[in-house]
Amino acid sequence: MSTLAPETAPIAYKAKDFSSDQDVRWCPGCGDYSILANVQRALAKQGVPPHQIATVAGIGCSSRFPYYMATYGFHGIHGRAPAIATGLKVVRPDLQVWMATGDGDSLSIGGNHFIHLFRRNVDIKVLLFNNRIYGLTKGQYSPTSELGKKTKSSPFGTVETPFRAVSLAIGAEASFVARCIDVDAKGSADVFAAAAAHVGTAFVEILQNCNIFNDGAWEHLAAKENRSDHTLMLEHGKPMVFGAARDKGIKLVGLRPTVVKIGADGVTEADLWVHDAHDEDPTRTFLLSRMEWPEFPVPIGLFRAVTRPVYDQLVNAQVEAVQRTKKPDLQRLLDGSKTWTVA
Amino acid sequence: MSEQLHTSAPAPHGAPIAFRSTKPSETLTDVVIRFAGDSGDGIQLTGTQFTQASALAGNDTATFPDFPAEIRAPAGTLAGVSGFQLHFASSDIFTPGDLCDVLVVMNPAALASNQKWLKEHGMLIANADAFTAKNLKMAGYERNPLDDGSLADWQVFRVDLARLTNDALIGMGLSAKEVERCKNYFALGLVFWLYERQPQLVEDDIEKKFASKPLLKDANIKVFRAGWDYGENTDQFRVRYHVPAAKIAPGKYRSLTGNEGVALGFVAAAQKAGLGLYYSGYPITPASDVLHQLSLYKEFGVRTMQAEDEIAAVCSAIGASFGNWLAITGTSGPGVCLKAEAIGLAVMTELPLVILDVQRGGPSTGLPTKTEQADLLQAIYGRNGECPLPVIAARSPADSFECAFEACRVALKYMVPVILLTDGSIANGAEPWRIPNVDDLPPIPVRLVKDRAHFGDGPVLPYQREAVTLARPWLYLGTPGLEHRLGGIEKWDSTGHISYDAANHHHMVKTRQAKVDAVTQEMPPTEVIGDRTGDVLVLSWGSPWGACVTAVQTLRAQGRAVSHAHVRWLNPLPPDLGAVLAGFRRVLVPEINNGQLIKLVRATYLVDAQGFNRINGQPISVAELTDAILDQLPH
Repeated sequence: MSTLAPETAPIAYKAKDFSSDQDVRWCPGCGDYSILANVQRALAKQGVPPHQIATVAGIGCSSRFPYYMATYGFHGIHGRAPAIATGLKVVRPDLQVWMATGDGDSLSIGGNHFIHLFRRNVDIKVLLFNNRIYGLTKGQYSPTSELGKKTKSSPFGTVETPFRAVSLAIGAEASFVARCIDVDAKGSADVFAAAAAHVGTAFVEILQNCNIFNDGAWEHLAAKENRSDHTLMLEHGKPMVFGAARDKGIKLVGLRPTVVKIGADGVTEADLWVHDAHDEDPTRTFLLSRMEWPEFPVPIGLFRAVTRPVYDQLVNAQVEAVQRTKKPDLQRLLDGSKTWTVA
Repeated sequence: MSEQLHTSAPAPHGAPIAFRSTKPSETLTDVVIRFAGDSGDGIQLTGTQFTQASALAGNDTATFPDFPAEIRAPAGTLAGVSGFQLHFASSDIFTPGDLCDVLVVMNPAALASNQKWLKEHGMLIANADAFTAKNLKMAGYERNPLDDGSLADWQVFRVDLARLTNDALIGMGLSAKEVERCKNYFALGLVFWLYERQPQLVEDDIEKKFASKPLLKDANIKVFRAGWDYGENTDQFRVRYHVPAAKIAPGKYRSLTGNEGVALGFVAAAQKAGLGLYYSGYPITPASDVLHQLSLYKEFGVRTMQAEDEIAAVCSAIGASFGNWLAITGTSGPGVCLKAEAIGLAVMTELPLVILDVQRGGPSTGLPTKTEQADLLQAIYGRNGECPLPVIAARSPADSFECAFEACRVALKYMVPVILLTDGSIANGAEPWRIPNVDDLPPIPVRLVKDRAHFGDGPVLPYQREAVTLARPWLYLGTPGLEHRLGGIEKWDSTGHISYDAANHHHMVKTRQAKVDAVTQEMPPTEVIGDRTGDVLVLSWGSPWGACVTAVQTLRAQGRAVSHAHVRWLNPLPPDLGAVLAGFRRVLVPEINNGQLIKLVRATYLVDAQGFNRINGQPISVAELTDAILDQLPH
């Protein structure tokens, strides 16, 4: 129903076919440029034409995204993109709907819509640009800013514990959860392709650098020299191995992930935690979402992709089921069950 | 009871053999009856059934359900009293009546809170069994008012409803609770006898309702008949009353509440526009019934969403409108507050959208189940920036269908969000509605653009304007070549590209206003009931319409130079309204608020209008309004 096939014979699209005529107005050096390019490349590869795609956003730097896409686009109001996208997807299942949002947009002002989107499992691809700061309002702490962070609105350091976006999504029953890094073209391509193919809400947290107000927030993960040792590339069905020398791994001791050295103390790859992205039970996936540097390498890639009922499909299936047995008759509807006639 | 026309012998009103009466019958022109009891006493059901029977008997009817915010407050308490008032008549009526001729009370609390509505010398039918020491105490009575002489000014009829119901059901094997729940049918049987209503209607309903519970079906029918027989056999009631059929315009009728009316109006509009209908709401009194209603109409392809909050409801509707569906969100005043920013987004993106506001008592949570008209200025002005949109208000339950249809038509024609105002009394009140023939409903043209060729070789212009309406085209999503972006940031006219240009912003503010002003093209000349000049013009909007018609009719019959005009569109106001106002020495604006339309009238027309404001959660009373009009007349 919502798996979109190209209308005619597959056309080979190029990334620039998804690029609008509008000038991109993000700050030079912003991570959003990489994300835009990565998404456009993924869409070109996917082969769904631009006119069958709608991009919806809220407010913030990330939410300018629709203006730069050659698809149908809607720039909404702060935090409300999930609701706008839901209404659109329900009435137009023929369109593939992408949503761009940020950590302030979705985890603060739009928190309610964000969790209900996952609960309903609407067929929408969600790209959350997480730069751990409010950029467009010029530098206040966000719901993902680390405790104690000094910003314009927290000159003595924040006193708020941050959300982990992936944990929140899993807690809200998300059927698809992934994470990638703005500058990692390869990792992003894989994740976006998987999100595009998923039927249901596909959530991708993109670790994005705001070079103006929070420069280097993800440098410990994004920098090439750090990536191998500080991140864990998730692969379904594979043991969790990381490190430049591929000599470190994660072992699950009870419900406690533990970093181990392969070869030391008799540890082999067979002892490692094997990633199961299709585990219906989100418990272990949630454990993964808690792993943070420096205690752990930070998991990147596909956390979870499970199949469960999709809201827009169910809404439309209910209507279609009734329509198979009942013909619409407006006059009869207006008449109701009891009428009388005055001569 | 008003005017008694004549007394006749037993009425031959086609009652089946079992219901033949030998008591004399008196004819009345109209009756107001009020049922009151605990929320769990089935008062609303009793009232609704009596209303249907009166409508089927050819009377004009108007109802006013008056219920508490609490679902099941403790039995017997004042907080738990639910009321239902019905006005039925042999002539056209416009209100559910100020005071009642007959008050049926199921317990002392119902008497305590409703006695004030009973006319002098009116009939009080009391469920005497319920006047126990405990119930009396809960209702704040020190002595039993049925015994202490305090009700001497009224005709009191004591009916041992509980005992009589119990007697009727002896040997049926029902639990005490089940027996207790039958007693409203005893009361209904009695008033059906008293007003010569057709009993078959209730029996058919009971058959249907309890089809799967034969024992309860038999029990309720038995109790209903026992109530009817009681009227016939007791010495307390010596006469029955007959209210003849009213002279009503020919046609097919049904009973319609305002909430039903708007739901049907939305479906009809979508059908006539050839569009899918999307409705999203968050549960809120008194608007939820519209969501309930529309979620049933799946054969019409209606998609409904119970959103996670009010903001999601309006935003998902905006998404659906972007997706080229007729999109609607419904709520009450507090919900409109929450939706304000998103309504601004719809104004900015120039998308068709209807926002239904079933007004209730405010501010804040206010009086959720009571009626008020205090959201007018919120509807017109309650958003950031210059954010105009058309506002239309229904005047009665039957009018709500047409207003809903009209709101959708204008939204689609002008590509603009429209606020539709009703209120608690319209939403839950019912009256006969002459059902339109669907072929007579006008088609609704839609400005959908489904072909890139619409723009020739030029660029796609999402804000290119149609000359008369200033509406922009509604580009059909999914069309190759029509990809475009909408959003809340100011944009260049025509191209729709983001723009912070100063002169352009000025131009766009003026253009959005001009587009709303253009809606005056849709308005017929303002109808004036009575002469176009005179001493006083009563100017109404919304639900006080009925009270205004009634009061003005009465005063005109007495030779007073009073006229009445009613405005359906509140924004923009009708273009001829200023000229209408100029014909009168005084203008009186009755409103169930602290003076809102009057501010617009005074500011717009520089007329020294006077207000008549009652903000008590109830419809405006005809008697009080009549006095207020008299105060404006030369003495």
